[in-house]
Formats: sequence, C-alpha cells, structure tokens
Amino acid sequence: MTQTVFVRKILKPVVFLLCLLPISLLAYDFFTDNLSANPLDDITDTTGTWTLRFIVITLCVTPVRRLTKWAPAGKFRRLLGLYAFFYGSLHFMTYLYFDKFFEWEEILPDIPKRPFITVGFASLVLMIPLALTSTDRITKWMGGKKWNALHRLIYVTAIGGVIHYLWLVKADTSRPLTYGAIVAVLLGYRLWVYLAPKIASLRMKQKSVSPQTERGQLAP
Amino acid sequence: MLIKRADDLKPSEITPESLYYNRREWIRMASAALGGMAFGSLVWQDTISAPCQEYKPKAKGPYDTDEKLNSYKDITTYNNYYEFGTDKSDPAENSGPFKPKPWTVAVEGHVKKPATYNLEDLIKPFKLEDRIYRMRCVEAWSMVIPWLGFPLGDLIKRLEPTSKAKYVAFETVFRPEQMVGQRRPYLRWPYVEGLRMDEAMSPLTLMATGLYGKELPNQNGAPLRLVVPWKYGYKGIKSIVKIKFVDNEPPTTWNIAAPDEYGFYSNVNPEVDHPRWSQKTERRIGEFRKRPTLMFNGYAEHVAGMYAGMDMKKNY
Ligand code: HEM
Repeated sequence: MTQTVFVRKILKPVVFLLCLLPISLLAYDFFTDNLSANPLDDITDTTGTWTLRFIVITLCVTPVRRLTKWAPAGKFRRLLGLYAFFYGSLHFMTYLYFDKFFEWEEILPDIPKRPFITVGFASLVLMIPLALTSTDRITKWMGGKKWNALHRLIYVTAIGGVIHYLWLVKADTSRPLTYGAIVAVLLGYRLWVYLAPKIASLRMKQKSVSPQTERGQLAP
Repeated sequence: MLIKRADDLKPSEITPESLYYNRREWIRMASAALGGMAFGSLVWQDTISAPCQEYKPKAKGPYDTDEKLNSYKDITTYNNYYEFGTDKSDPAENSGPFKPKPWTVAVEGHVKKPATYNLEDLIKPFKLEDRIYRMRCVEAWSMVIPWLGFPLGDLIKRLEPTSKAKYVAFETVFRPEQMVGQRRPYLRWPYVEGLRMDEAMSPLTLMATGLYGKELPNQNGAPLRLVVPWKYGYKGIKSIVKIKFVDNEPPTTWNIAAPDEYGFYSNVNPEVDHPRWSQKTERRIGEFRKRPTLMFNGYAEHVAGMYAGMDMKKNY
C-alpha cells in the first residue's frame, strides 16, 4: 500500500471517527445520566470547548506539516476545519434551543446586546464561507491564491473564540488565557513564516548594496 | 447531638419518591424523542431503582415553598463554591480534606460582648428548624433546598449589637491548605459578604447548619452558612468564621471582583439583567423549559417593604 492510499483509506477514516468521539461521549453521558445536575449547560459548554479545540487543532496542521515535512498532514486540514464548524453549529443550536427555545424576539436582541454572544456569533458566521468553499471543485474554481486569502478568516475566528471565552467566564480566566496563548503561538508562527524571508532579503540587500556603494564611492 | 441526623427520622416521616424532581424523566423523554425508545427505557429502568433521598420536614412553616425539592444528589454535586474550584463539580470533588470541626466563630465590632465562640456554644440556644427555600443562582439556574438552621435574627438578638451597628459583615475561613481554590487569586480571599441590619433581622434570613435533615456537607458550606432566599446565591456566604457588626456598608467579594455586575444588594430581580445574561428567566435544575424569575425570588410579600422607595436598578 502506498502512503497516499494508506492516508486516504485508513488514516483519514480513523481520524474522521475519532473526531466524533467527543459528541458520542457527550451523548452517552447524557442518556446514561452521567452529566451534572444541569445537563443542558454541560452540552453547551462541551460543544463550545470542542469548537475551540478543533479550531486550534486545524491551525496546527500547517505548522506540523512544515516542521515534520510530512506532506500528507495537509490532507487532514479540511476534515478538521469542518469538524470545528460542526461542533460550532451544534454549540449555536444549544444556545438557540436549550437557552432560548427558538424565541427569536429574545435571540435577535441578545446577539448585539451581549458582547460575548456578539463575538461568538461573528466567529461562527465567519466560518460559514470557509465551510461553503471547502469542496475540491470550488477550491479549484477559486484558485489557490484567492482560496488561501479567504481561509485566513480562520485566524479571526480563532481570536474571536478566545475573546468569547474570556468574556463569558465569571472570575477564573486561566482556561481562556491558555487557549489564547496557544492561538498566539500558532498565529505567531505564521507571522514569522511570512516575515522571515522578507527580513532575510532585506538584510541581503543591505549587505550586498552597502559594500557596492562604498566601492562605488572609492572607485573614481 | 446538636444537629439532627437523617437516621433520627421515623419511617412515618418519609415521603414517596414521586415528590422529588427527577430529571431522568425528561432525559427519558428526550431519548424517546430521538427514536431511542428501547435504549431510553432501558436506561430509565436502571436509574429509577437508584435510592432516593428520603426526608420529610417536621412541619410546614410560613416561609416554606410547596415546590418539589431538588434531590440530595443535585444539591450536593452541583455547587458554586470557588474556594474549592470554579467548576460546579469541583466542590464535591475537592472538599474532602476540609475539616469543619472543631470550629470557632469570632463576633466583633459594635456588639456588647465581642468574643470568639465555639460553634456548639454559639448555636446551642437555638432550635434547628427545616426551611424549604428556592435558591436562585446569578447564573440563571435555581433549586429548591430543604435547609436546616435557625434565623440569623435570633442570633443577633442574643449577641446584642449596639445602636452603631447598621450592617453585619461575614467572613469565610481562609485555609488554602484545605481549600485548593484559595491557592489561586481569581477572587480576593477570604470571601466576605454583608447584609443591612434589617435584612439580617428578617425572619427569612437563615443561619444554616444542615440540609435534608443532615449536617451540611463540606461542599455546601459546612459547618455554618448564610441563606438569604430573596438574594442571588452568592450572598449566602459559606463556612463562616467571623461575624462583625459595622456602621458602614461592608465590602463584598463579588462586588470587589466586578462592581458593574454584582452590587451589594443583589436582590433577585428579573428586571435588572446581568450584563452578560438575562435574569428574566431561570432553569430550575431538573426541568427542561425555563421558568420566569420572580421578583425577590418569590419572597416579595415578606421583603419588598425593606426596599420601598429605593431605586433597584441603581442599588442592584
Ligand atoms: C467559533 C465560535 C465559538 C466558539 C469557539 C465558542 C466557544 C465557547 C467556549 C469555549 C465556551 C465555554 C465552555 C465552558 O465554559 O467550559 C462557550 C460557551 C458558550 N458559548 Fe460559545 N463559542 C462559539 C460561538 C458561540 C455562539 C455563536 C454562541 C451563541 C450565539 C455561543 C454561546 C455560548 C454560550 C451561551 C455559552 C455558555 C456561557 C456560560 O456558560 O455562561 N457561542 N463557547
């Protein structure tokens, strides 16, 4: 079996199923009455937490691929990103149903009124175009450059997710700050990848330019 | 023995299980709705045979609610007690090493005889009574809890505060070696709370030493806690070691942490939202649908008079 076939036929299905583990465990605990006395809140919190985790995991794909030089890692990015959207949608549904019972006259004012909801909502909405443009055909149609540019929206969603979390905790900010630190490292890595060659070429230019001018001045 | 125990209860005092909330009921309904009929009823059969807390208060008092009690399990596993951690499950999990005995309470400030009392001596003069109260958490959930305790007012009368005493300030014990949450400064420790004198003297205000006819478990604030049923739960300071009579409004922990979110009064009020969530409705633990939150948590007839003429939006 070639590596591509192994990744496609075995590794990917395995990862696909593993990603269903959090929701399966949650459902199991729910139906066996193993959640807390307030199971609906547990569902909101668990789906929210896994949304953020999947965003973080998705952001890990590119650095891992580059650092390990294992190209097939990239094959998991779409899968993981779509799972982030999946858990995010479930999370939003728990808010709409368990929290607000689809009472739109409550929901619509709530979204702009409460900053943590506003930010969470914006973060989720920003994932919609990414999910919609995730098929091979659309990716090809858009072209790599445009597609990549659009999909950088995930950086905004990641930051938004952390702010959402930070603004909803009552006193203990340690968990949102931990996610914040991880997101900062992952985005910092991209900034570094983007800036490093520019800085290097700037240095090169300086190095190669200045001796020339010196020589030039000396020449005549 | 100062504190009644569950095993003192006679069989005649035992209520049938059907009077207790059973969230399994709607979990079963949810399983059925999902098409998991067989699975759901299997689970149901399994859990319904689990022993239910058997308890009945001696006699119904004027302030008791008729509503269904939350189960002992719910009351003792779903707690906000940040001294033991910030997750609801933390207090039950982390409060094992906490030692509520022996216990002393310091009485200070504008009072005839400031002194430090052994807990037993402090509560000996009072007859413990059952009080079935609604408890409304600021996070928009609520429970019905059968407390065991005595009115704070009776204690205050015995302690004889002077005319300078306008407020009562309370303090929780500080024991980071037994209370893991106190090792981290997400709140300023020790926890402090306070009441205006008339609030403290209200016949509804309870010093609780137990619930469900038993001693308070550590996670519920053993061995002595405050219960103020018309205020948000965090006013009910736990594991009290100091009672101080003061002339000015005392500082309170959540108000120090976030003054725009938690005021000194903290009366349950559906009209005044917490900045991050609505207070109009609440989820009674065990129920699926939310219910409307009542002004003063349904105790308006007993307490509203104390706030006549006060702007509750300003004095939240
Ligand atoms: C990318 C989008 C989002 C992410 C990453 C996210 C993440 C989270 C996280 C990590 C939590 C905390 C879980 C915990 O306390 O353990 C949470 C809670 C919550 N989220 Fe989100 N969320 C997102 C979108 C939304 C949206 C769109 C809404 C509703 C409009 C929403 C409403 C809530 C609510 C109501 C809570 C519970 C707050 C509480 O416990 O008081 N979230 N979310």
